[in-house]
Amino acid sequence: MTWIAVLAAAALCFAIKLLGHQVPTDWLARPRAARISGLLTVALLAALVVVQTATSQGRLVIDARLAALGVAAVALWLRAPFLVVVVLAALVAAGIRALAG
Amino acid sequence: MTAGGAGDGVAHGTGAQEHADRRTVLRQAAGVSIATGLYGVSFGALSVVSGLDVLQTVALSVLMFTGGSQFAFIGVLGAAGSPVAAVSTAALLGVRNALYGAVVAPLLEVGGARRWAAAQLTIDESTAVAVAQRSPALSRIGFWATGLGVFVLWNVTTLLGALAGARLGDPTRWGLDAAAAAAFLGLLWPRLASRRAQGVALLAALVALTLTPVVPAGLPVLAAAVVAVLAGWRAPDSAPASEPPG
Repeated sequence: MTWIAVLAAAALCFAIKLLGHQVPTDWLARPRAARISGLLTVALLAALVVVQTATSQGRLVIDARLAALGVAAVALWLRAPFLVVVVLAALVAAGIRALAG
Repeated sequence: MTAGGAGDGVAHGTGAQEHADRRTVLRQAAGVSIATGLYGVSFGALSVVSGLDVLQTVALSVLMFTGGSQFAFIGVLGAAGSPVAAVSTAALLGVRNALYGAVVAPLLEVGGARRWAAAQLTIDESTAVAVAQRSPALSRIGFWATGLGVFVLWNVTTLLGALAGARLGDPTRWGLDAAAAAAFLGLLWPRLASRRAQGVALLAALVALTLTPVVPAGLPVLAAAVVAVLAGWRAPDSAPASEPPG
């Protein structure tokens, strides 16, 4: 099942990329298409951030992940590189959990 | 050679300029490739702890090759979302690549197999480097060098991360669930420049949180897409004030 999903998602993502290279440029260059596709990325990523941070098995949960995300936000604000941000968040969450036993 | 005179000097001058420009583009491409390639490690590790095996993880990086969609795919599956929700979220996050394709295609002017290769390499980074150049020739160099550089490094580091992740055991002990959240935030951060984007991000987050207790896993993220469509349908009222030209 996972393989089917992997291949289907990869095929769809490639088809979307190819579409951009095939269709007449002006159709995709219309302001509305540009606006929506840009905001689509923002909306989905924002939703993924909160779902990954504050939910667990269909419930809202506040735990070490929230503190880790706060530290990640500060690091991003200070213009830290992506990898530093990700590792820092992992360290904070792991540290809190280790201390909490 | 001897009869060239002044013309020769001019040709030599532009040649040197071209050479310098090309080197600058290649340096940009290398920098972007290394920075992006490195976080393939985090993708590889997170994918394996989300429940995919090493081969599936590598397949995602080779075949899907668009970071946001890959992280979303494993994020939804890791949170016990359905495969359909994982595929849909990955595809929707990849929609911006169609727009990038439309932007870079006229610069590249390729057909056949090369167009397919160009399509696969059309991602945030290759597009950004391509459009930042001042001539189509330099854009082409920037696109291919960045696209191929990221592709090679991203796949090598994905494999390394997947192999490391397979030895980690319990992902929460290492804070890898928080690392995934930070990865999404890191991908989101550079896109929050405008007020409108900030508003959409806030609303989308609220929609996802509100729906989480009442609908199956994976759907809250997809529902947030509606916010983007509604917000993007109409042009911004105060476009000239909030978005200066250039």
